[in-house]
Order: sequence, then structure tokens, then C-alpha cells
Amino acid sequence: MHLILFFLFAGFCLAGAINLLLQTHPINSALSLIVVMTSLAVLYLLLGAEFLAIAQIIVYSGAVMVLFTFVVMLLNAGREEHTLGSRAASRVGFPAVVVLFAVLATIVLHMQGLGAAHLGEGLSNAPGQSNLELLSQVLFHELLLPFEVTSVLILIAILGAVALAHAEGSKIGASERTAEK
Amino acid sequence: MTIFAFFLWSLAKVAVVTVVMLLGIAYTVLLERKLVGRIQNRWGPSRVGPFGLLQPLVDGAKSFLKEDLIPAAVYRPIYLLAPIISLGCALIAIAVIPFGAPGMGPHGFDLFEISNINVGLLVILGITSIGVYGIALAGWSSNNKYSLLGSLRSSAQLISYELALGLSLVGVVLHAGSLNLRTIVEQQATLGAATWNIAGGGQILAFFIYLMAAFAETNRSPFDLPEAESELTGGYHTEYSSMKFAMFFMAEYGNMINVGCVATLLFLGGWTSPLGDLMGPFQSNFLNAFLPLFWFVLKVFLFLCLYVWVRGTLPRFRYDQLMNFGWRYLLPLAILNIVGTSLWLACR
Repeated sequence: MHLILFFLFAGFCLAGAINLLLQTHPINSALSLIVVMTSLAVLYLLLGAEFLAIAQIIVYSGAVMVLFTFVVMLLNAGREEHTLGSRAASRVGFPAVVVLFAVLATIVLHMQGLGAAHLGEGLSNAPGQSNLELLSQVLFHELLLPFEVTSVLILIAILGAVALAHAEGSKIGASERTAEK
Repeated sequence: MTIFAFFLWSLAKVAVVTVVMLLGIAYTVLLERKLVGRIQNRWGPSRVGPFGLLQPLVDGAKSFLKEDLIPAAVYRPIYLLAPIISLGCALIAIAVIPFGAPGMGPHGFDLFEISNINVGLLVILGITSIGVYGIALAGWSSNNKYSLLGSLRSSAQLISYELALGLSLVGVVLHAGSLNLRTIVEQQATLGAATWNIAGGGQILAFFIYLMAAFAETNRSPFDLPEAESELTGGYHTEYSSMKFAMFFMAEYGNMINVGCVATLLFLGGWTSPLGDLMGPFQSNFLNAFLPLFWFVLKVFLFLCLYVWVRGTLPRFRYDQLMNFGWRYLLPLAILNIVGTSLWLACR
């Protein structure tokens, strides 16, 4: 059952990723990316990481991709045009991806060899225990300081974004005021 | 219990729950029309069947028989996909909602919940966050300015209020120490209504934040800006006709029922009676199985009446008021509630 689900959703994931590259309309690409994210969430679920799976759906499929589609809708982006640069990118890009994939595969094979894969080995939760508890133990107890520092980093990023937006807004406001005069 | 029997039982359960949900949606529409009618001092639908009780069937037949018009300028694949996403998300959420006492089937089979998941609450939030796409894509693919405005309003509103909604639930989760909906309900049952999260659980503030965020999440009055008829003709579903329009309509009412179910589970003690564990198990198995079901349906029904009551009484917000209210009042209040609950739990 797990194997069937794995192949089904790995297939979805790959099909979505390939479709993402092949589509010329940006909104179709964005929707394919949602398919990729959601299939990834199912794969996490198969590995026994239920919290991570749902967080993936809420944060990536839900929040981040809504913003992506928002931007695509508001910019009213048309179909993609093929320029010299994009053609060169596709010529070089596909062989490069193949090479990268080959390198990764070699490393993985070298590390564990052919044979049964050991999935979910890092999760050491007991049968009845939710890995949510383990996760919170790690995040809020053992790695509390790095976690909090990261949140400060995000806060700084938000403040920076607000400051940038505000500076631009006030400039426009000032130019409008001079125009009125 | 063999795997085959389990499969058959589960299939039957899914079929029954889906049919009941669809019927529930149809009769919620009737409930709204009747109640709003009484609020406005008229009778509401009263011609088809006794007290107008067959009205939903006639409405459904009407939607089926209308001409299905697809405007020429729409972006077809997404235009056709959007109502399916909307209705699908509205119907899927019921899969993790426990609506009766645990067990009760043969061999301890969970008869009154489709699937018992240990992160059930998060699953519901995840499905809601996917549901945004139905509305956003419908508005964009219709290639109509009113539709696009409606869907932009709606997406912005959903994203803003989802924060307050999610944070208002954290207090309940802290209190129960679990994301499993069954555990959350059972934790409230010890002394009946006195230990429901809305009363003894001290989550009354969270309940009101949830209530207001939920009105906004389901695009209902007084936050029904995405389909404000007087400004946007029909909002995101302006270009939809026949069953496709009906699917959006059903999705809206389905979401209302889901929100009612979640509020019942998290704040109002779920399927337990107002006496909770004080009124112990009965001799008859029939009562043990169906009395919890009755309490659950009654609580959801009262919540839906509240929904309609608010719709019948309050005027619509202006858009900037809506955003201000969400970000400046609801969100800080929700954070305050989390801090307060944590302190209370730590000092107890």
C-alpha cells in the first residue's frame, strides 16, 4: 500500500515538475508547482512526518503559492516569449540537470548501495507518540537559541520590507504634493 | 475484522456522510431563507411541500435545468477547475470531523468518524487554505473585472483572517495538549458544560475571535465583500451559471457547516451532552450511539442559526474597516489570548 502510494505521488510530483517547466503560461506553471508541493506533502506523510506534511500544505501550498498566483494575476503576465537567452538556457540547462542528477545518484549509491532503503530512520518516535512532541522538544528545548535567533532574523526582514515600502510610498506622496503645488 | 470488511464499512461510511453533508447543505439554504424571512417579517419559502420543506429539491432541479453558459473569453481549463476545487475542499473537511462517540461499530469500528488523525485540526486548516484557490482562480479565469475584484478581495480577506483564525485555536490546543479532535472533545467532557472550552476552559475570548474570523473565512455577512451585490454584481462567480454557480453556492454553505462543526468540537464540547461524563453511559446501546449524534447535530444547528441571525441583522463592513479590524484588533487579541492561556496553564 505504501509502495503504491509512493509511486503514485512521486509520479504526480515529477509530472507536476515537468509540466511546470514545459508550460508557457505562468498561471499554469504556478498551479503545477502547487501539485508538486502537495505531492511532496504526501511523501512526507508516507515517511511518518505528519506534522511536516500538514505544515508543508498550509505554508507552501496554501500561503506562499497564493501569493505567487496573486502576483501572476495582478501583473497580468502573458505567455512566455522565447528569446536567445531562454533558448541557450534550455540547451545548457537540460544536460546540466542530467549531470547534476547523475552526481547525486552516484553519491547516494556510494553511501548506501543498492538494496532496501531505510526510510524514516531519523524519526525515533515510539509507536503511540506523535512526532510533533519530538519536534517541539528539539525546537523549544535543545535548539531554543538558534530557533529564536532565526525568528529575530525574520522579524528584521519584515521590518526591512516595511521600511522599503514606506520609503517609496512617502517619496511618491512627496512628489504628488509638489505636483499639487 | 478483516481488511475487506473494514474497506466495505469505510466505503459505506464515506457514502452516508457525503449524502448527509449534501442534504445538510441543501437544508442549510432553506434554514437561512426561512430565518432571514422571519427576521424581515415575512414567511420565506412556503409553497413547495409542507412549510416549504421540499424547496431545496426544486432549487436543485432548477440549477440542473438552467442553460450552462461558458463565456467566450474565459480561460477554460481553470474556469472549469475552480468550482471543483471550491466544492471539493468544502466536502473533504468533514472526513476528519468526529461527530459521535468513539467506537460503536462492530469490532470497535469507528462508526462516527471517517478517519481519526492525530493532527486532525491541522488537516482542517490545511484544507481551508487550499480552498482559497477555488475563489482566486474563478475570478481570474473569468476574464471579468468584477470577478477579478471579487476574487482579489476574497483572497486577501482569507489570508488575513486565516492568521487570526489559526491563532485563536492555539489556546484550545494548549489546553488539550493535543491536535487530535477526539482528545480535545474528551478533555472537555469531564464536568459537562462547566468544562467546555468556552466556559471552564477559559477560551471565551478565543471563541469570539474564532467566530469573527470564521464569518470572514466563509465570506458571509457582515464580511461578504467578495460577492457584494451592490458593488460587484456577483463577485467571483459573476460569469458562472447553472450547476457551476450552484457548486460555489454549495461550497459556501458546506464551509458554513464545517466551521460550525469545528466550533462545536473545539469550544462547545463536541458530541458530549451538557452534563458530560456526569450523565454516564446508558443501558441501551441505541441511546449510547445516537444521543451523542443528537447533541452534535443540535449544537451545529444552533451555530448555523447564529450565522443566519448575524446575517439578518448586521450591515456590510467597508473594505478598509475589514482589513483594519482583522490586522489591528483580531490578530493582537489572538496573540494576547495565547500568552494569557500559556501563563494560566503554567501557573496552575
